[in-house]
Amino acid sequence: MTTLARPEIRDIGLLRQSLVIARRNLIHIKRMPEMLMDVTVQPVMFVLLFAYVFGGSIAANAPAGYREWLLPGIMGQTIAFASFIVAVGLTADIDKGIVDRMRSLPIHPASVLVGRSMSSLLHSMIGIVVMSLTGLIVGWRIRGSVLDAVLAYLLILLWGFAMIWLGILVGSAMRSVEAVNGVMFTTMFPITFLANTFAPAENMPGWLRHIAEWNPISSLVQAVRELWGNTTPVSSDAALPLQHPVLSTVIWTLGITAVIAPLALRSFQRRTRD
Amino acid sequence: MGDPPAIEAIDLVKEFGEQRAVDGVSFSVPQGTVLGLLGPNGAGKTTTVRMMTTLTVPTSGTARVAGHDVVREPAAVRRSMGLTGQAATVDELLTGRENLRLIGALYGLSATYMRRATEDLLERFSLVEAGNKVVKEYSGGMRRRLDLAVSLVATPPVLFLDEPTTGLDPRSRVELWDVLRELVDGGTTLLLTTQYLEEADQLADRIVVIDQGNVIAEGTPLQLKDSSGAAAVVVTVSHAADLGSAEAVIRSVVPEVHVEPNARQLTAPADGLADMTRIAVAFEGTGIELDDLGLKRPTLDDVFLRLTGHRAEEPEAEIEEAVS
Repeated sequence: MTTLARPEIRDIGLLRQSLVIARRNLIHIKRMPEMLMDVTVQPVMFVLLFAYVFGGSIAANAPAGYREWLLPGIMGQTIAFASFIVAVGLTADIDKGIVDRMRSLPIHPASVLVGRSMSSLLHSMIGIVVMSLTGLIVGWRIRGSVLDAVLAYLLILLWGFAMIWLGILVGSAMRSVEAVNGVMFTTMFPITFLANTFAPAENMPGWLRHIAEWNPISSLVQAVRELWGNTTPVSSDAALPLQHPVLSTVIWTLGITAVIAPLALRSFQRRTRD
Repeated sequence: MGDPPAIEAIDLVKEFGEQRAVDGVSFSVPQGTVLGLLGPNGAGKTTTVRMMTTLTVPTSGTARVAGHDVVREPAAVRRSMGLTGQAATVDELLTGRENLRLIGALYGLSATYMRRATEDLLERFSLVEAGNKVVKEYSGGMRRRLDLAVSLVATPPVLFLDEPTTGLDPRSRVELWDVLRELVDGGTTLLLTTQYLEEADQLADRIVVIDQGNVIAEGTPLQLKDSSGAAAVVVTVSHAADLGSAEAVIRSVVPEVHVEPNARQLTAPADGLADMTRIAVAFEGTGIELDDLGLKRPTLDDVFLRLTGHRAEEPEAEIEEAVS
């Protein structure tokens, strides 16, 4: 048996350290492909359920029918659940001591979070690709310009970025994966439904319509629908954010990030430093 | 001998709200030696290790690892030490090799070094065959060994082990001890926390006993045992009928003998090996058949009981009769 000489430890920087950690998270998906069910089977099931079971009874403001109108809604829900994915992964890593192990290494303290965010965003984007393909099969089409289409995808990505911070906050605050599941299901699920995702807000009772139209997810979904040409602009009595959906989506994401990011970082530090 | 200590803690304090988890702990560990941090659950062992390894900031006091201050130079401390936490912190969904490579990549080690180090570590920890298996399929002992291997990827001069053998079966425990001894022979400085007195006894050059955040004793295992009272010669006769004559034989050498008829045992406080030899010689030619004759030193368990008033491994409401 030989004793190894001490090697040279090199600081490869935040980006490469984060990529190493993101790659490790992606190996998890390779080993446990069922982790992808939340962005594949589940949203496809929603597409099928709503398009074929409920769709006939929902009157949507869509030139090309409900199915086409529905798809951006389900994409909005899928990307909102990016927070779920971040939170579950982070809680598991803290719980199993992986985060402590990483923190005992000479690496940038943010690399655990950045790596987790990268892999979670990729995880969600797989869902967006699956949704786009499913959409094409059930009759969804992009009717706007290429530039608008790309802008819509970028808005979805931007939204995912804001959701990462929410995920870090919940993931640091919760003590177990089960708790994360419980909290996220009982909050994110109703929030993504209480919007224009599956049914038009105009048909809701007045007070509920108000809530739904001010729901940040509604702005995103409306923006994406308009950019892809899947809907007509909202009626003049709709809430202000929906009158300018692209701008309000950008404002919402920046606002959510500005409020939640500091809370998330503080919560993560408090959780891991004691 | 003029080398600075590899690990040094000076008056470390950690408060969680109102509670003082660590209340002024000091010790120092010379290079290439092993310090055992011994104490019951909740004594402050893990918090002390977390402060020494930069995972948590001390409320007051200082600590140095390989000469670097844990608060002012955390990066330098992290470059000089390896940590194996209480739970095996290896990635269950990665293979053994992938776990080692992951940590190597984060250290920024060269590919050439990592190829050699991976194979060397797998071999040293008897994990060559399991190297390409996902850790989920490993036994508890294998996980622990991999965990330790991962901490050694960058061959750190200082190693912190927090209860490294908790939850292991006796055989795996002894195997791990062997590996740790090899490391120390190679010059690594070790700080290990344990609830197992035997473990501290087996591995540590010096032991620091902590309870409720305070250092309550310090010394070599032998010093601690000696402080707990003298040794005793214990003689077990084969036939209960011989107890009386055996007592007379022992009394001819030492003044005091305690007889325990049920165990057919006689216990005599003795100075050590010299007394034991004289007692053994005295039995020659008496015709008394003996099952056993030996010297019983106080165990660290006795030490612990005396220092803290309770046992290290929490007893199950078992009342142990004091043998005086």
